[in-house]
Amino acid sequence: MRYVAGGRAIFDGLSLDFPRGRVSAVMGPSGTGKTTLLRLITGQIAADSGSVRVDGTEVGALDRPGLYALRRRMGMLFQNGALLTDIDVFENVAFPLREHTRLPERLVRQLVLTKLQAVGLRGAAELMPAELSGGMARRVALARAIVMDPQILIYDEPFVGLDPISMGVILRLIRRLNDALGLTSIVVSHDVHEIGSVADVIYLLSGGKVVAHGGPQELRSNPSEIVRQFVGGLADGPVPFHYPAPDYFTELLARDGEASA
Amino acid sequence: MIGELWASLLESLARLGDTVRFLLRILAQVPRALGRLQLIVDQVFNAGALSLVIIMLSGLFVGMVLGLQGFQLLERFGSEEALGTAAAIGLVKELGPVVTALLFAGRAGTALASEIGLMRATDQLSAMEMMAVDPVRRVVVPRFLGGVIAMPLLAAIFSLIGIYGAQLVGVQFMHVDSGSFWSQMQSSVDLRDVNEGIVKSCVFGVACSLIAVYEGYHSAPTAEGVGAATTRTVVTSAVIVLFLDYLITAFFIK
Amino acid sequence: MRKSRALNLGTGLFVLLGFAALFFLTTQTTSHGLSFRSQPFYEVTAKFDNIGDLKVGAPVSMAGVEIGRVARIGFDSRDYKAVVSMHINSKFNQIPTDSDASIYTQGLLGGKFIGLSPGGSETFLKNHDQIDFTQSAFVLENLIGQFLANFSKNSGQSKSDAPAAGQPK
Repeated sequence: MRYVAGGRAIFDGLSLDFPRGRVSAVMGPSGTGKTTLLRLITGQIAADSGSVRVDGTEVGALDRPGLYALRRRMGMLFQNGALLTDIDVFENVAFPLREHTRLPERLVRQLVLTKLQAVGLRGAAELMPAELSGGMARRVALARAIVMDPQILIYDEPFVGLDPISMGVILRLIRRLNDALGLTSIVVSHDVHEIGSVADVIYLLSGGKVVAHGGPQELRSNPSEIVRQFVGGLADGPVPFHYPAPDYFTELLARDGEASA
Repeated sequence: MIGELWASLLESLARLGDTVRFLLRILAQVPRALGRLQLIVDQVFNAGALSLVIIMLSGLFVGMVLGLQGFQLLERFGSEEALGTAAAIGLVKELGPVVTALLFAGRAGTALASEIGLMRATDQLSAMEMMAVDPVRRVVVPRFLGGVIAMPLLAAIFSLIGIYGAQLVGVQFMHVDSGSFWSQMQSSVDLRDVNEGIVKSCVFGVACSLIAVYEGYHSAPTAEGVGAATTRTVVTSAVIVLFLDYLITAFFIK
Repeated sequence: MRKSRALNLGTGLFVLLGFAALFFLTTQTTSHGLSFRSQPFYEVTAKFDNIGDLKVGAPVSMAGVEIGRVARIGFDSRDYKAVVSMHINSKFNQIPTDSDASIYTQGLLGGKFIGLSPGGSETFLKNHDQIDFTQSAFVLENLIGQFLANFSKNSGQSKSDAPAAGQPK
């Protein structure tokens, strides 16, 4: 699977490959367009130039039915799970089945319970999404994402706002599902250490470019300043602490009206 | 100043066009959405049955006021018997459809807009997109149809209760003869009048439901965005309903 | 499952109520009730010099009892008269052929209706018969013209009020 994107103001001359059957991670400081990248891959937006290919298919050139056909082979986990709030956990997981297939109820039940079992939430099938904790909601969403047996699973910031235990659970699930189902996983995150423990390949984005890529070990030993800033979590570096502004003293000493002029 | 006015005019025009295009997109999905009847039934319940109490209460009071005011006015001409006619025509042609539409916008319209807006804000719509489910078909169309079906029924219930409210005041309190109340109504109200009311409430049903789902679907994905969408739903619905009301009334007067 | 059943019941109740209200409005508030239409009738016509504001659907009565409805109003361009077709309920099939038809007003603000007074003939009206003896509508304007000299102020007001009352603007 090859994937190339380029041309947007956010990404310029960007080029990434997500190998089949592996867990790839995309990392980078906030605001580098990681989510935009996912939206490009899933065809929610189109690149201005360059190409985005999934399994050889040019995403940008697909019409709506083609895009939907492609997406049926993808599963996506949103930041907060994005469960449908008006139906319970079981129906949430069953949702893609009910929309796309006409399976008998018995089979739907089996499939849904299998997937819920895989994420350890079979007992929560009757609960409503509002009754779930953040980590549980994400696990349910994960069960929903894999219920159609996708080939590609995309995680958008799966660790945000989770306690360490839930985080550990999600991490384990990412790895296990990838290996057990033979998926291609793409994880977008900025949690350096968590990703390091699960990813096979890591891309570090900054300023619309790939600044580093490789396995977790390679990245840690990368000498580049920006990689060290990101991995080490340093406050100042190539990504500046200060938002661009006029000179501090000039602005402080300026009289009214002058500053804005 | 003039430039701003011009810009806001263009903006409104663009919104109107966008709304109409959204309507076409909805209509294109209606046949497929009809395959999932349960979804529509749920929304008829949400839009209709849940608005029933407010509609019935309002209908009763509007009818009673109409009975009182109408009696006072007609008494001056010595024709209190025409109270039934006055109340029925006023309710069936005007107050029933219009007040129902305004209440609908406030009760069901805001609920629709905020529900869909919230689904937008919590990525539920994007999640559907990613599951290769068109949110317009799955979320918007059933809600739209639910509103369209519920509105004429609500308006009819409103008018019916209103007529009994007027009858209550006129006949029970003001001692208008019950027989002439009903017989005058029956001889003077035309089927055309009833039709006008039905046409109005159907048109209002489409307009109010469309505005609500449009605003919800296109709300900014934030808490403020959802709030703004509900406010716009009520304001736009009210203005559009009154404007359409004039148009349809003028159309029915030959 | 139980929840969705209750919901369906509620919806069904609402829809039923709505259609009942619609049915009520179309049949009980107007004179075009289905209940009347379903009854058998026969048609007679009558020519009037002037029908005033008689409308389709207005009652036809005899001795104050409603026996039918005005079905159509036409115009005979040869003798410049209004042709009124009435549907008379078949129950009332013993109306003498020489009965006369007059147009009356229900109260000051009420609509016009047709009253039949029986004649003395032994033969009765049948389908598509014509009533020959007619008396035109009592036209307020003509009357006012006559009284204008005496009551110039007061009668002028009631004239302009009369047609407006049926259709409040």
